[in-house]
Amino acid sequence: MARPRLGVFKLASCDGCQLTLLDCEDELLAVAGAVDIANFPEASRRIEPGPYDVALVEGSVTTPHDAERIQQIRAESRLLITIGACATAGGIQALRNLADVDTYVAQVYATPAYISTLATSTAIADHVKVDFELRGCPIDKGQLLELLTALLFGRQPTLPNHSVCLDCKLAGNVCVVVAHGTPCLGPVTHAGCGALCPGYTRGCFGCYGPSRGSNPTAQSDLLARQVPDESTIRRLWQGFTTADPVFAEQASRFTGGDGE
Amino acid sequence: MSRYRLDPHDLDRLLERLQEGGRVLIGPRLRDGAIVLDRIRSTADLPRGLTTVTAPGRQHLLDRADDALFGYEVGPDAAKRWLHPPRVELWRARKDEGGELFFEGTDEPPKYAFIGLRACDLAAIGIQDAVFLRPGITDPTYAARRADVRIVAVQCGASAATCFCASMGTGPRVDRGADLTLTEVLDGEPHFVVEVGSEEGEALIEGLPVKPVASTAPEEAAARAAAHQERQMPGDVRASLLNALESPAWDDVAARCLACGNCTLVCPTCFCTTVEDTTTLAGDAVHARRWDTCFDQGFTDLHGHAVREGVAQRYRQWLTHKLSTWHDQFDTSGCVGCGRCITWCPAGIDLVEEARRIGGSG
Ligand code: SF4
Ligand code: SF4
Ligand code: SF4
Ligand code: SF4
Repeated sequence: MARPRLGVFKLASCDGCQLTLLDCEDELLAVAGAVDIANFPEASRRIEPGPYDVALVEGSVTTPHDAERIQQIRAESRLLITIGACATAGGIQALRNLADVDTYVAQVYATPAYISTLATSTAIADHVKVDFELRGCPIDKGQLLELLTALLFGRQPTLPNHSVCLDCKLAGNVCVVVAHGTPCLGPVTHAGCGALCPGYTRGCFGCYGPSRGSNPTAQSDLLARQVPDESTIRRLWQGFTTADPVFAEQASRFTGGDGE
Repeated sequence: MSRYRLDPHDLDRLLERLQEGGRVLIGPRLRDGAIVLDRIRSTADLPRGLTTVTAPGRQHLLDRADDALFGYEVGPDAAKRWLHPPRVELWRARKDEGGELFFEGTDEPPKYAFIGLRACDLAAIGIQDAVFLRPGITDPTYAARRADVRIVAVQCGASAATCFCASMGTGPRVDRGADLTLTEVLDGEPHFVVEVGSEEGEALIEGLPVKPVASTAPEEAAARAAAHQERQMPGDVRASLLNALESPAWDDVAARCLACGNCTLVCPTCFCTTVEDTTTLAGDAVHARRWDTCFDQGFTDLHGHAVREGVAQRYRQWLTHKLSTWHDQFDTSGCVGCGRCITWCPAGIDLVEEARRIGGSG
């Protein structure tokens, strides 16, 4: 692909994923030289109209305006790539899907009437066709560079969908489950972060969503042996990818606990 | 085999000797609440006064009453991490200005020395030798790291609750594969009994302050360790698993197995890899190899379809290859009884128990 035109778009999100692009420090100039950054408000005031060869979309759909915009972005883009847990799974804000959004609005805003919002936060793929997704909260810089490089050279990106455990062992981390009894979603979570959290002796909280072909039911059974309180387990499944059907199904098994 | 006595404060002389000529010394080290194998430089880097409490899916550290340097059982790592590294870049290719393609080997392996390997670790190296150093199909990555290695083993004096090397015939006595073997004696005046296992071992202690000694400490330690072992691999496992290929018993373990692959990754003999081809932004093609696991569904993809779709099929692949078909392929079992796959399975699945249950041995 000769100098593809790149657009970076944001819906409901925190900006962390697009900042990953600016965070590419060493490689940023090479990337900027290889692609034509036509629309990236976070980085430049120069905004050129579509069509775009590649659209990187961050954020989930939470307002009627978002729902319209994503159709427009899709129509203007040859390849649409979702980046981050919000865009690929609805994000942490999808916790609203389990509650009544009007109650939240009334609690948070002085004049609720000004707020126009949807009852749910949904992934981009629920609205338009997505060509590729980068998972994580936030996405991994190395994965983003790998994807962009693969696009430039017209090859398959190397972005495996195995579990975090494999990367954990590649990195030489000590397993927090075995050594410390810490709950960890690594066995069922999609790789990509390089097993970041276990590398800091923390359990994985599943921000990349489910890996391929793993066994979430067995993971829930293991958590139930590790953690007595059902609400703790439920919240573990209801994190950054709470709206993902695989994680949501496991969360629904744990109804006890503090009732929050 | 000649035996010598080495005082603990002279151990550093041996560690220096091992690092002569730029050898990278790998030994036990405390990290994040476990004893891993990593680069060490002196005895100050060794875990001192620690022991391991091990069970299926669990390994915790406790303080010992003494200053033992090797008073714990095996942790998650084996020599595999260095001799068959998790990720290794094999070559790069680039085009010159005239458009001609150039290939460049990029693997530059260091020379290694190991200290603290146990009998099961040496047996595992023997199995990886059988896998990677087959006449005519030698793996250059492994061969380059393996060729000039030095190994100082440690004789186990206790076993972890997950060890079963005695039933695999691989331990606990260190009787092959080491240049030197240390037995740590803690009764009375602490010292090491050093056994010499090779000419290289003889050279390693030449000129060190060691005294010839008549000691049965190595045999006594091994007997103590063997007496601890309760787990036993059934003797008929090779045949019994192959007779149970269609057994519903695989579904039972599949309901508990996370398919996380940790068992294969900590196993000192498992060797499976995948290759990853990428490009740099500058246009170099990079060809790398990394560990993979038969527990990953994608590992079994053939023409876009997973051949071993279910967890039961993947668990069956692991167990039957390790304990049965490995014999057909390499004239040995794939298991040395180190117990790592049991200890470091987050779900605490016990391969010996599964082999017994599925194979129907009593
Ligand atoms: S720490 Fe978590 S991700 Fe790492 S091996 Fe253990 S269970 Fe898997
Ligand atoms: S270890 Fe898990 S929670 Fe942590 S960054 Fe990686 S995927 Fe996200
Ligand atoms: S199968 Fe388990 S016990 Fe046997 S060598 Fe591998 S890790 Fe050790
Ligand atoms: S047996 Fe244990 S370590 Fe192996 S894949 Fe299953 S859960 Fe993971």
